[in-house]
Amino acid sequence: MSWVTKTFSSTLGRKLLMALTGLFLILFLIGHVSGNMLLFKDDGGQAFNEYAKFMTTNPAVKILSYLTYISIIGHVIVSIILSSKNKKARPVNYADSKAATNSTWNSRNMGVLGTIVFIFIVVHLQNFWAQMHWGAIPMVTYESGEFKDLYAVVNLAFSNIGLVALYVVSMILLGFHLYHGFASAFQTLGLNHKKYTPAIKFIGSAFSIIVPAMFASMPIFIYLSTLK
Amino acid sequence: MILDSKIPAGSLAEKWTKHKFNMKLVNPANKRKYEVIVVGTGLAGASAAASLAELGYNVKAFCFQDSPRRAHSIAAQGGINAAKNYQNDGDSVYRLFYDTIKGGDYRSREANVHRLAEVSVNIIDQCVAQGVPFAREYGGLLANRSFGGAQVSRTFYARGQTGQQLLLGAYSALSRQVANGKVKLYPRTEMMDVVTIDGKARGIVTRNLITGAIESHSAHAVLLCTGGYGNVFFLSTNAMGSNVTAAWRAHKKGAYFANPCYTQIHPTCIPVSGDHQSKLTLMSESLRNDGRVWVPKTKELAEKLRKKEIMPKDIKDEDRDYYLERRYPSFGNLVPRDVASRNAKYVCDEGRGVNETGEAVFLDFRDAIIRDGEDTISAKYGNLFDMYQQITGENPYQTPMKIYPAVHYTMGGLWVDYHLMTTVPGLYALGEANFSDHGANRLGASALMQGLADGYFVIPYTIGDYLAGMPYEKVGTDHEAFKQSEKEIKDKIQKLLSINGKKTVDDFHKRLGKIMWEYCGMARTAEGLQKAIGMIQELRKEFWSDVKVLGTGDELNLSLEKAHRVADFLELGELMVRDALHRNESCGGHFREEYQTEEGEALRDDENFAYVGAWKHMGDNVEEELNKEPLVFENVKLTQRSYK
Amino acid sequence: MNLTLKVWRQKNSSDKGGFVNYSIADISEDMSFLEMLDVLNEELSEKGEDPVHFDHDCREGICGMCSLHINGKPHGPQQTTTCQLHMRSFKDGDTITIEPWRAAAFPVVKDLVVDRGSFDRIIQAGGYVSVNTGGVPDANEIPIPKKIADEAFDAATCIGCGACVAACKNASAMLFTSAKISQLAMLPQGKVERKERAEKMIAQMDEEGFGACTNTGACSIECPKGISLTNIARMNREYFSAIVSSENV
Repeated sequence: MSWVTKTFSSTLGRKLLMALTGLFLILFLIGHVSGNMLLFKDDGGQAFNEYAKFMTTNPAVKILSYLTYISIIGHVIVSIILSSKNKKARPVNYADSKAATNSTWNSRNMGVLGTIVFIFIVVHLQNFWAQMHWGAIPMVTYESGEFKDLYAVVNLAFSNIGLVALYVVSMILLGFHLYHGFASAFQTLGLNHKKYTPAIKFIGSAFSIIVPAMFASMPIFIYLSTLK
Repeated sequence: MILDSKIPAGSLAEKWTKHKFNMKLVNPANKRKYEVIVVGTGLAGASAAASLAELGYNVKAFCFQDSPRRAHSIAAQGGINAAKNYQNDGDSVYRLFYDTIKGGDYRSREANVHRLAEVSVNIIDQCVAQGVPFAREYGGLLANRSFGGAQVSRTFYARGQTGQQLLLGAYSALSRQVANGKVKLYPRTEMMDVVTIDGKARGIVTRNLITGAIESHSAHAVLLCTGGYGNVFFLSTNAMGSNVTAAWRAHKKGAYFANPCYTQIHPTCIPVSGDHQSKLTLMSESLRNDGRVWVPKTKELAEKLRKKEIMPKDIKDEDRDYYLERRYPSFGNLVPRDVASRNAKYVCDEGRGVNETGEAVFLDFRDAIIRDGEDTISAKYGNLFDMYQQITGENPYQTPMKIYPAVHYTMGGLWVDYHLMTTVPGLYALGEANFSDHGANRLGASALMQGLADGYFVIPYTIGDYLAGMPYEKVGTDHEAFKQSEKEIKDKIQKLLSINGKKTVDDFHKRLGKIMWEYCGMARTAEGLQKAIGMIQELRKEFWSDVKVLGTGDELNLSLEKAHRVADFLELGELMVRDALHRNESCGGHFREEYQTEEGEALRDDENFAYVGAWKHMGDNVEEELNKEPLVFENVKLTQRSYK
Repeated sequence: MNLTLKVWRQKNSSDKGGFVNYSIADISEDMSFLEMLDVLNEELSEKGEDPVHFDHDCREGICGMCSLHINGKPHGPQQTTTCQLHMRSFKDGDTITIEPWRAAAFPVVKDLVVDRGSFDRIIQAGGYVSVNTGGVPDANEIPIPKKIADEAFDAATCIGCGACVAACKNASAMLFTSAKISQLAMLPQGKVERKERAEKMIAQMDEEGFGACTNTGACSIECPKGISLTNIARMNREYFSAIVSSENV
């Protein structure tokens, strides 16, 4: 084995992949949430639709989005490999376990949380991303030209209370996933220091509450506005 | 047989240096042709196994624990002495030598002790190089403290876990040699017998504690690094598994057992809380630097304390007897271990003991806390206080600790010459398993020093002198001597399993312990010792007719393991008592009530007893034969110890 | 007090094993947990039943041999070793569940006894400074800042009991391995071999079949010596810097 394959077949090498892909996805979330804030703009969706076109056509963004796909898939595959190794490491479980006294629930259930978040991502991509790429989306014309009216697709989708609920619940679970994952990624990278770790933990907690909350506010806002 | 200690000629300071030159060497290319067996992986065993493997010998290392790192050396708290004189306070090799000889009450060999003091400085260098994290000063250099009443600061330490750090250092060196393929490790394997061929030790027979398999291992030399036998008292600060079996089986194969009666009783242990007690926990001696030892002045007050009608803090200063300060104004609470222990026994015998069993005295930090503040005391002793609270449920910041002496270390052991060789050629004993360096009493922080000195710096030289004269050929384990030994062990196991009596092994062990503690403990009398011999013989008979050992021989079987060990303790116990009985004097850890000064101090008889008493096994249930190795003092003048 | 013990009994490594309930009476709160088991074993022996096998030796909290999973936690409810746990932590009428450490790398030998040889092999892979006896410099030749020495000491206090593995949901040995890597990486004596050491010890850890680290922190909380998670971070740094810069291709 070369040193590269050896590294990435070691537990720590794989943990490194988890941390790096995780952190990249955190960065992605920042971009995603900031762009989507345009949904709140009271302009009938023009800014949002222009933004959507930009995101699907700009070559630099394309590269970033490919990196995002790779990160998601990588994060999932590596986590499956690690989980199966972890499972094998304890073939017999304890009859009595008080794990709650030594660790948080979400830290112990990152796999479960991640799986649900992944299912959500698939649903989410199907709802909008696939529509944007291949769906029959109505067109809308502004001064700057003709655009796919993704805004209308979003509005239509979130008039469905069930879908809104699914999104909100998923965002809560994503929050739990991030609540552990954010600081954990830094720990895995070896970035644990008396001076900085408290700040990392604080930012991680704030991030994992604020960002999912912002995401969740979108379907709620749209749903409420469709009621009017 | 005349015991030849093989002490080299020449002046004391030059003996070891010259002797190192005079000993034969084994050519580097030939070292790999020799096999050495090391039994026990504590400080002495691990350091010896690692050092010999580094030299090129093939080593097999055995321990009964699941890993070499568990050996009981790990529990040593205080520190390790070395004559580095880093503190510029007047220490020197000679002073460490002198203190050790004097502390041992002039019952050890000058040449051995001087060598120990000489190599002590190398031990510290070696351990630091291995990455042992000793305590340091802010300038980055090593810190020292004064320990056990020494007047210089020569003790190196790693918080209260010096033994752990030193053992892990030796264990790491051992592990490196395992990785190099020079040491083969046999954990969970107990030595059952030494095999001698043509009078020389040529191997051992072991029992695999998991499978029960009886196996033979052949070698050119065998090193016993198997620790002390304090567990003969059942209750001691030794680990539960510590035993005399390896040393005792060697004794039965011809190795003389020296000074078995020298037992060190440590004054600061947590008292026994009831019949369920399985072992005793030591509290570091350093506590006596700040704690004051006392009991109530009157029996009546003590009685009230025992009934919990009053609390310690209710007793006024004028009703307290700070007996060590009163009797020993200059040393006070810092008198040597044996003196502190004996005095605790006296005040308890007077009915002034302070716990329910009447066997405890107070160690009080009230005044130290008032003087230095709780923070300072906590910084110094926090972990010990926590441990005390964990075990007793009492908070020593608020109420005085209760302490009582407990068996801690055995100075006696297999007789060895200057080369650490027993009376069986090719069979060596290192560390606490031998008798050599501490005389009748060991100083604090000297056990770690001796274990590592033997393993790192003595045996690598002396074993070559023996092996250089040995043929390379190995004896096959199909040799008749091995087969014979295997058969005897299997028979013994069968015997133990077939008795199927009514009493458990622990029951016998506890009863033996009580006899030993009562008659051969802190204070001994001829009358009591006589009585004890009969009692032990009776108990031994009863053991072999009424013990109940469950299970089979071919599985992990704790009760069988214990049965072997207790059977050996039952024989050793009698020898200890006989040794104590014959030694008509008091010295160090051996105190005969008939021999004391008017002030109640140990009274030595240098004229008649300045010798090592080495016992030869003459057969089962036959009285052992005493051999004497006279102790010659050319450099120190024998004086009466005084701590007034 | 009177207690019910639910104890894992397993004849040997190939036996399937199962729980057996025992009632035990008149237990004093001053007893240590292991002394309570001693009492049980004396009773069993008197009845002619095989005593419960468990590992223990020093009973002072330092040798690391005792290893019981008590009421859902390694070493029981207190942050200490099993041998230092006392019965005053329990109440009359309690049912106490006692299990062996559970990990593929710690196979059960009998009852509550497990084989922790994997820890020894991790140390053998590189948990040492390669110096031979003799010929080393004077101990005071290399000054080490007190803070560094103290931090190295904190890592070095690991007793190798395996509670970290027992506590970890993945049965990971990261805390154990990192404590040794950390100790030696911090000290100048250990720096020479730090890259080699990190690579080899981690490879061995993987080979033994321990799980990965999810940074739940359970190991450190349950560690009787309070070994810190910073050691795992340091080990990761050591490893990552080793793989990119070591000479091993």
